[in-house]
Amino acid sequence: MGSLIQSVDWLAIAPPTVTAVVALAVLVADLLLPEGRKPLLGWFSVAGLLLAGLSLLPLLDGDRAPRSTFCLTGVSDRDACSYTADHFTLVIQLLVLGGALLTALLSMSAVRDQRLPEGEFWFLLLSSAAGAALLPASRDLATLVVALEVASLPAFALVGMRRGERRSSEAALKFFLSSVTATAVTLLGVSFVYAATGTLHLTEVADKLGHVDPRLDTLAQAGVALTLVGFAFKTAAVPFHFWVPDTYVGAPLPVAAYLSVIGKAVGFTGLILVTVVAFPSYASVWAPALAVLAALTMTAGNVAALRQRPERPHSAVRLLAWSSVGQAGYLLVPIAAAGYADDPAHAVGSTVAYALMYAAVNLGAFAVAALVARTSPQNRITDYRGLYARRPLAALAQGFFLLCLAGLPPGIIGLFAKVTVFTAAVDAGLGWLAVVMALNVVIALYYYLQWTAILFRPAEETGEAGAGEGARVPAPLSVAIALAAVAGIALSGAPQLVLRFASGALL
Amino acid sequence: MSHTALQYLLAAIVVLPLVGAVASLLPAPPGLKGKSPEQAVLRHGVTVTGVVLALSIALATGFDHDSPARMQATTDISWIPALNIRIHLGVDGVSLPLLVLTALLTFLCALYSYFKMPSGPSPKAFVALLLVLESGTLATFAVLDLMLFFLAFEMVLIPMYFLIARWGGEGRERAAWRFILYTLLGSVVMLLGLLLVGLKGGTFDMVALATDNGSKLSHTTQLIAVLAIGLGLAVKAPMWPLHSWLPDAHTAAPTVGSVLLAGVLLKMGTYGFVRIVLPIAPDGAHTFAPYLAAFAAVGIIYGSLVCLNLARRGAKGDLKRLIAYSSVGHMGFVLLGIATLTPTGLNGALFANIAHGLITGLLFFLVGAVKDRYGTSDLDALSGRTGAALYGKAPRLGGLLAFGAIASLGLPGLAGFWGEMLAMFGAFRPAEGLSRPAFLTFMALAGLGTLLTAAYMLVVVRRVCMGGDGGSSRPLTAGTAENAPADVLSYEFAAWTPLVALTVLAGLWPAALLGLTDPAVQQLLRGGN
Repeated sequence: MGSLIQSVDWLAIAPPTVTAVVALAVLVADLLLPEGRKPLLGWFSVAGLLLAGLSLLPLLDGDRAPRSTFCLTGVSDRDACSYTADHFTLVIQLLVLGGALLTALLSMSAVRDQRLPEGEFWFLLLSSAAGAALLPASRDLATLVVALEVASLPAFALVGMRRGERRSSEAALKFFLSSVTATAVTLLGVSFVYAATGTLHLTEVADKLGHVDPRLDTLAQAGVALTLVGFAFKTAAVPFHFWVPDTYVGAPLPVAAYLSVIGKAVGFTGLILVTVVAFPSYASVWAPALAVLAALTMTAGNVAALRQRPERPHSAVRLLAWSSVGQAGYLLVPIAAAGYADDPAHAVGSTVAYALMYAAVNLGAFAVAALVARTSPQNRITDYRGLYARRPLAALAQGFFLLCLAGLPPGIIGLFAKVTVFTAAVDAGLGWLAVVMALNVVIALYYYLQWTAILFRPAEETGEAGAGEGARVPAPLSVAIALAAVAGIALSGAPQLVLRFASGALL
Repeated sequence: MSHTALQYLLAAIVVLPLVGAVASLLPAPPGLKGKSPEQAVLRHGVTVTGVVLALSIALATGFDHDSPARMQATTDISWIPALNIRIHLGVDGVSLPLLVLTALLTFLCALYSYFKMPSGPSPKAFVALLLVLESGTLATFAVLDLMLFFLAFEMVLIPMYFLIARWGGEGRERAAWRFILYTLLGSVVMLLGLLLVGLKGGTFDMVALATDNGSKLSHTTQLIAVLAIGLGLAVKAPMWPLHSWLPDAHTAAPTVGSVLLAGVLLKMGTYGFVRIVLPIAPDGAHTFAPYLAAFAAVGIIYGSLVCLNLARRGAKGDLKRLIAYSSVGHMGFVLLGIATLTPTGLNGALFANIAHGLITGLLFFLVGAVKDRYGTSDLDALSGRTGAALYGKAPRLGGLLAFGAIASLGLPGLAGFWGEMLAMFGAFRPAEGLSRPAFLTFMALAGLGTLLTAAYMLVVVRRVCMGGDGGSSRPLTAGTAENAPADVLSYEFAAWTPLVALTVLAGLWPAALLGLTDPAVQQLLRGGN
């Protein structure tokens, strides 16, 4: 019997903790600050996220064994810990905090323009980021579900934040109801798994699932399948994808960007942890299911994106929403492949590499969309016509982001990220999935290219363009676009920066 | 020349156009401003492509002509260890002529546009796109890594799309879309094939894979790989029946775009067959060779029949379209040569590749010039009832057009002859294991194709260059003040003379080219490089 008082490795848990503490500080500061000084809260949040990002640095320290804390000692031969900061955790935390930082920069002007309540907005954003940063480190099912909820619950409120907008609250309600249902199903699954194995720690679950009492086998199988549902929802996999377009359109644009990147990252991380770490012995159950899910998701997303009419209101966000469903399908491929591979951690690295690329360029695409939305609130794709003539740099950046998403040079990183995913699929013997994905890549190329071509087409009427020309771009917004573009260009020059995760063992 | 110097030369040839493309987007530095920003940037384009041409000629002179089978000027550095992708560059006797051809044609195009910029938006973007296109094409011929090959292969798409869609003629948006979608559909499949080869073969390095000569790939793998890679290359080449993007793209593209598309871009497809498919998956290539040859033979016949139909009176045939279809036929000869899997056939294919680049490049320039002068390239509108009588009105232009047409139909003594003859020769005695009767049939079809080609080319010459009865009934120029179009201008002479000279040279001295390709081809077929 060890000591009742646990020693906590504060350094290891710093990234989510700093974020959470800053969130609380913002909430309190909101009460004390006079109305005129409220914009300070935004800068404070950005600083907090930067600090949380910096707190990753001491953990990076090379080859040492991963730091774990909140451990149960002496239960089995191995310590079962609830929180582990290994390579995988750190990379995802970097993704989450970096993504949240870009979102925060995007939000600065949106919060002011749309008169969103400042204190609440920043508090909710930071809380959600804290949950998302906690999730990759969670190593037991209870912490995992709690982190998932901490990441999601503030997101519902963020989606519904546009006061007096019927569409906004409707979107929030849609999002909330479907998400809660999914979480409930996950909890049911977790309880089944607990019933079958008697433990919540992922590594222990993995051990015990190996030799479940045959009478409990069905229960365990049902538990495994149901647990995946909640995470599949977060990634917006088929059939849980219907909420996506309406929610993205109804939400403030930066929140949509946040959901498309960090919301998905949360789902993937959860899926990876649950499948690869906890349920490897049931790979025969989840791997085929995920492979089919990946194929359906990418097809549904890309076909729907293809059918978006460019002149419809909000078509830009709708297209990004559907394309993000399609991209979620690609992200699922390596996870499914992990079920067939001898070395699952290797395959999963492809998802991580792809997610890092996707995070940078998708946030960039949303940032340019936010820029265009300032002058043309309808945000139709046709509004992007002649963007090159009005704002050459923004148009070049958007063209680059879209080509990265499409995977065509000069978006080299997009191409090679897709190559790693293809490689994972072919390696695992999922040739059919690679072919389905190839077809989807072509479909996606069509609509991304169409949008890119519109950027460089001359504007229809010169009179209309004059209206938006004088408006200055807010500094945080241009910083966000520049950061995303620099990340994309740097990665295109040295793809090894992210692709090494696809070759090294992460978990 | 020392190895290091060659190494740097080759690297500079690939990278310089890219740097130039970025520089062309920046404002011109003081001292280089020229008369106007437009003029300055077009001059920049001429300078950069000129330097690249000079470098590639230097590379060709430094190249060790005694051992063209060996990879020379090689650079091999790691780029993405995670995927095992290396920046591996090098040239041998197969790629060197194509490299020089690309540099030459791009330079001539830049020179031509300096004096005659196609109508469209700013020349800045035009020059930048032209240079990116050049870089992509040069890289395709210089890289020795499958993934880099794919990257370079794709790199030309976006510039070509914009060149057609922004600076093209009627129906350009649709044609540009068609071009890019077809090619992308093909190349995604090709990517899967390349990945399969890379994963099963254990490396993406073309030299290593060629040395293995398919020994590490099972028969099934080779079949799938050849099918997938071949499909992507066949779209680009283009092979009948995957050619239907080509006529539209050529018709809509500006002159310079057509020249590069026909002269260089199509060669990327056939080069891929020679460099990747044959040495890396020989078994698969052997299985599919008869089908490739059959499609090639059909392409030859089909291309010439369409051309014959377009050249007919009252068919409203467009000259650019006609030359595009004639390209389908000529590339059919190249593919037929490749499909024989013999050194003779392959040499013929590579020779025909170069010849087609020179001759069709020249023809597109000439037709572009005719279109500029008359405002149309519609054969009926041009020739009216009696013929356009270019010989009378613009004797030099007419003479050059006749020269191009005759070179294209394969007159002995000009470049077009040797390649097609060798390809047919190869088909006469195909590689062991290939059905001889089948290939004899294909050879007969190809022979018929040359006859048909001669027929339509002569019809074109008759209708465009001859005719006219002293100028009484000229439908187009009648009633206007300027009744005679300008003859060949000095810049046009400058842009076309090298092509004419090389066509004659290659026709009279084929050994210069065959001496380069033959040892390399022998080695590629034996396996190893």
